[in-house]
Amino acid sequence: MKQKAVVLNFRDNVATSLANLKVGDTLELEVGGEPRTIKLTTDIPFGHKFSLSRIEPNSPVIKYGEVIGIATAIIKPGDYVHIHNVVSTRGRGDLSGGVK
Amino acid sequence: MSFLGYRRQNGSVGARNYIGIISTVGCANDVTWWVSQQVKGSTLFIHGQGCAQTQPDLDIVTRTLISLGWNPNLAGVLVVSLGCESVSADKIAEGIAESGKPVEKIVIQKVGGVTAAVAQGSLLAQAMAVEASKIEREEFPDSELVLGVKCGASDTTSGLLSNPATGVACDLVIDNGGTCIFGETTEFMGAEHILTRRAATPQVANRIMDIVARMERRATAMGFDMRGGQPTTGNIAGGLTTIEEKSLGAIAKGGTKPIKEVYEYGERPQGRGLFIVDTPGREPEFLTALGAAGAQVIIFTTGLGAPQGFPFVPVIKVTGNPITYERLPEHLDVFVELTEEAGAGIAQAGKALYQEALAVASGKQTRAETIGYGNFPNIFTIGPVI
Repeated sequence: MKQKAVVLNFRDNVATSLANLKVGDTLELEVGGEPRTIKLTTDIPFGHKFSLSRIEPNSPVIKYGEVIGIATAIIKPGDYVHIHNVVSTRGRGDLSGGVK
Repeated sequence: MSFLGYRRQNGSVGARNYIGIISTVGCANDVTWWVSQQVKGSTLFIHGQGCAQTQPDLDIVTRTLISLGWNPNLAGVLVVSLGCESVSADKIAEGIAESGKPVEKIVIQKVGGVTAAVAQGSLLAQAMAVEASKIEREEFPDSELVLGVKCGASDTTSGLLSNPATGVACDLVIDNGGTCIFGETTEFMGAEHILTRRAATPQVANRIMDIVARMERRATAMGFDMRGGQPTTGNIAGGLTTIEEKSLGAIAKGGTKPIKEVYEYGERPQGRGLFIVDTPGREPEFLTALGAAGAQVIIFTTGLGAPQGFPFVPVIKVTGNPITYERLPEHLDVFVELTEEAGAGIAQAGKALYQEALAVASGKQTRAETIGYGNFPNIFTIGPVI
């Protein structure tokens, strides 16, 4: 069977879809050598991400084994992970106020 | 391995054999365009800079135009100047002539206007094109290859497939004694700690941190979250959530070898090996930086299907997105497929990409060359228009 999603590093708390996945789809994934079953809570378009575990607000979202941003809400396993619940910590002129 | 290239006076090797018609300023672009239309075997470089800018930007424009003239894919150069611009056309023409290749110059305001400049410029360039046509391709070892790598219109497949495969090709270039150039400093943000581990010296590591901090300061100075600009709206639609995620996928295309030096925009790397050029990742500016750095061939990965080439450097377009590959065949040269054994598949794809780079260096046309896309590059500047 063709792979439907990929986990890139054992530290990751998100997976990347390799197909247009549907709400209720159940995926059998391997995270750091351990099997994990994730049931999707929403549709996940090709190339987008879903959560592998519960991520608390202000906690790091990890892909490639590295921090790709910070959660802004509670993210549950199988939830869609994208700009609605993750922010970047870089290039944030909105926070630093910019230069007048 | 080897490829068939054109020997230049200064020992460099060209993958193409054009006469470059190079505009010094936005106001000379139309003449540059018309001359290029009159001369078979020519190519052009037009841009929007060169006047009413502060000195740091005028210096960037001057050195970039000189370095573009040095690109080994050009057999000779015609510099087209308006006459009253801020940059010095003489300095640019003299700088290019130091490469040893023939250089001519035409100044629109001196020769009697646009029509006269087109006529005289065309005759000068035609004579150079006839001479250049006598140069034959010769066999060179692949250590003469100078490869530029870039990603554009990225989606998540870029970080999963096409960038890692390009990284393998980049490593092969270095293993075989050649030169590879990458950049897109904005897309180091969040991944700079991985790049600095590969710096050849502590100085190079510091330079990497410095150029990222400088680029981030320019972005944050505007007082906005840079999202939407980086990652772009298209990147976000393609599944990339933050600049950190984009960067971690983007740096894969530079391979795994030691980074020997970091250069400023428009500079020409010295010696062989893996180099960084400091530039944002936007296509019109970054492809110019690679051309200025002396790249003979560029590998350009894309998820969403960017069509761009560059006027005189062949650009090989690579995607790992099967939907894009099917939808936009004329934008793409190579498809990197996801296989069950992802690592082995990427290594194989990287080897194939290296072979493709040598084939294109030897004369094989890329899709972007065939459709003639990429005539509107630009030069990256940092200050205001004044």
